[in-house]
Amino acid sequence: MSTAADYKSRVRITWCPGCGDYGVLNALQTACAELEIERHNLVVVSGIGCSSDLPHFMNAYGVHTLHGRAVPVAQGIKMANKALTVVITGGDGDGYGIGVGHFIHALRRNLDITYIVMDNQIYGLTTGQASPTSVKCAKTKSTPEGNPENALNPLAMALVGGATFVGRGFSGDPVQLAEVMKRGLAHKGFSLVDVFSPCVTWNKVNTYAWFRERVFKLEQEGHDPSNLEAAIRQAMRSDDRLALGVFYEVDHPTFAEEEPSLQGEPLVKSRIGLTDEEWNSLIEEFL
Amino acid sequence: MDKQREATIWIGGEAGEGIGSAGDVWMKTMARLGLGAFAHNSYQSVIRGGQVLLQIRIGPHPVLSQGGSWDFLVALSQSVLDLNLRSARPQGRVLFNADTVKPPDSPGSVLPCGVPVGELTADLPKNPVMQNTVLLGALAFLLMVPWDVFEGAVRAQFGKRKAELSDQNVTVARRGWDFAQKTFSPAEHIALSGDGKRRMVITGNQAIALGAVAGGCKFYAAYPMTPASSIMHWLASHAVRYGMLMKQTEDELSAINMAIGAGYTGVRAMVGTSGGGFALMTEAIGMAGMIEAPVVAVLSQRGGPSTGQPTKTEQGDLFQALGASQGEYPKAVLAPLDAVDAYYTTIEAHNLAEKYQMPVIVILDMYLSERNVVADPESLNPHFPIERGEVVGSVEGEFLRYRDTPSGVSPRALPGTPGGTHIASSDEHNEQGVLVTDWYTNPTTRTKMMEKRMRKMEGVRRDTLERGFVCEGPEQADITLVGWGSTFQILEEARRALEAGGHSANLLQFRTVWPFPTQRALPILQAAKKVVCVENNYGGLLARLIRQETGFTIPQAVHKFDGEPFSVEPLTRALEKCLGEDAPALQTLVSSKLDIPVILK
Repeated sequence: MSTAADYKSRVRITWCPGCGDYGVLNALQTACAELEIERHNLVVVSGIGCSSDLPHFMNAYGVHTLHGRAVPVAQGIKMANKALTVVITGGDGDGYGIGVGHFIHALRRNLDITYIVMDNQIYGLTTGQASPTSVKCAKTKSTPEGNPENALNPLAMALVGGATFVGRGFSGDPVQLAEVMKRGLAHKGFSLVDVFSPCVTWNKVNTYAWFRERVFKLEQEGHDPSNLEAAIRQAMRSDDRLALGVFYEVDHPTFAEEEPSLQGEPLVKSRIGLTDEEWNSLIEEFL
Repeated sequence: MDKQREATIWIGGEAGEGIGSAGDVWMKTMARLGLGAFAHNSYQSVIRGGQVLLQIRIGPHPVLSQGGSWDFLVALSQSVLDLNLRSARPQGRVLFNADTVKPPDSPGSVLPCGVPVGELTADLPKNPVMQNTVLLGALAFLLMVPWDVFEGAVRAQFGKRKAELSDQNVTVARRGWDFAQKTFSPAEHIALSGDGKRRMVITGNQAIALGAVAGGCKFYAAYPMTPASSIMHWLASHAVRYGMLMKQTEDELSAINMAIGAGYTGVRAMVGTSGGGFALMTEAIGMAGMIEAPVVAVLSQRGGPSTGQPTKTEQGDLFQALGASQGEYPKAVLAPLDAVDAYYTTIEAHNLAEKYQMPVIVILDMYLSERNVVADPESLNPHFPIERGEVVGSVEGEFLRYRDTPSGVSPRALPGTPGGTHIASSDEHNEQGVLVTDWYTNPTTRTKMMEKRMRKMEGVRRDTLERGFVCEGPEQADITLVGWGSTFQILEEARRALEAGGHSANLLQFRTVWPFPTQRALPILQAAKKVVCVENNYGGLLARLIRQETGFTIPQAVHKFDGEPFSVEPLTRALEKCLGEDAPALQTLVSSKLDIPVILK
């Protein structure tokens, strides 16, 4: 039996007191323990940003990559060794800004990876500029007169982009968050878990209290997660209510199931070097 | 008069007319006769409609370059005939479809050989690329190629796709052959004699792909970009059989980052691109240096900057490779000399990448990537040693992923290894891998870790010294030619031409540009009488690197940056000038014979 504590590393956590990311870290550790994921077979990959420090705090394999590049690095890891459990953690700037190109393509590629985005609607590490999910008119360090751009809707984008699992949690509700994460981790295919994870230092608008007034659980409305249209409607609600839970889940073949090169044992275990017979047949092609 | 032992064939037409396939048939025919051959394609970046000129030189094996002027011109369009007539050698013969192309008004010593393709193939189903095969059949007769060998090559080329197509092409080729036999006399001034040994036909990019398979590369990621794409194409059709994954990605950022992920996981991983894609990859290449993940990046240069000349050759990216990414990190930059060397360089690159846990860049260019040559199968060793570097199988006690060791190499634990969990961070980190930049920067740790990583270069230097460069010719010579990578064979040919002209000449050709083999190269440069650096670029980038690394200034240079490779005659003339009294410091060569007029509408 594993416990959440087994997944805690000894590295000192550097997030500000009250940061939403603590709740995400705890929920992830709880979900991993409940699913009994072996620590040496777990790889947590992140980009750059406050939330991307998360792999340091996990007792597992971790790769803290470049800004916006966690998704391709994680995909390379999963393709090289499909037996590993691969989790990506990062923020809205990392995943929906600089790395959004990879995000879109990861959806349609459908590798069995869980992507947890800690969305605080601000660039925290760089001290408070507008992010892709900052709402229109938001006053930030880079938009002192108010943000002239519209906010991106990551859930709607993921649903339209072909995601096979889309869920959302809130750091202020760690029990529900761990539950969504567990379902995301257990999902076969690419799963997006978007998390409202308030930045207590740089975002004074989208606070815990602000979210608490707006969030509700999808189950309360009898939402059917197999219904794509209903999921899109929930993602695009305009009534100032923010749904939490599993928006959508569908069972589609994963990349590893579809790709002929990945049918056997993991690539990392495949034989190196050629037999004389293989070599001769290759050379024959050039004769 | 002595008979010519070699010949040059130019096949020209519009892009999309099947010239590549005609060239492949011809290359196979030559290889099966035991002849050498070297093909270079001068083409425009359009799928249909641009002019393509495939230059094939044949002769005793090995043939070192594409040659300069033609003995046979296969003109698939009027403009090809008109534009290239001036590049004929004495007694040259121009083959053309008499239905669509007019014979030259003033052929000079050239013999026009018009073939009525329509009449000859009237009973066969219409196929626009049929004229290539008819003309190729006629050419085979003119060069007195045994019919059965030619037929075998045609079948080998088309049989791959469909037996029916293969029969059709053989029939069509025979019509051309028979017509030529009735109408023309064979080119008796040329006597090709092969040694009868069957050899392979391979491009530089195919050699890289073959090296990847033989060298245990299991993951290749790329975004299409000329002239690197043919590595992707070859691997795509072979990957499954050899336990490899070839992944086309959404962009080059993804390709390199995926490859680094795969390399970190314990799979030999490689990417391939050209200058523009490489520019996108550079930040990640620095990350591979920082997290100490092995990865191989193939950079096949084309004319730059920017989109530049997508289908043309250039050696303009040397400093991009050397300066890839911010900051300093251990790396190697290897420059293969020819197709066979590209095979070995690919395996060596993977060995270095894993042994030293770092990025290795293989730099070549369109001229080597896409040249098609005849090569001895025995010149490729299928069992070239593979070195995987230090990897721990299991871990007892505390594991320090980035342990500070005398060699700088810290044994790796691959994900999945019990007890080996750690964080690999692109931030500066300590021996555990934990970043040291968050609460306070740590000058002591930073210094120690930087020194640990850079210490690996001592081993890299040791391991690459042997492959640093090759020397050809006498130890002491009137003139020493210096070049790097893909220009090796053309420079060797020019060197031999200088010697045939009575000048002693030697050649120093670099195949490792980083770490620069200063210790071995400097004494040779210092002892040389006259040094000339020859490069396919504007600025003399290798000469700059040599000055930077050795303090030695090369006084003379020959540069070419028009997009075409050097050809032996103008290059030899330029080198002869370097030997003269008022030798120019810099000569710029232009392939004026390949000028294609621009039509403004």
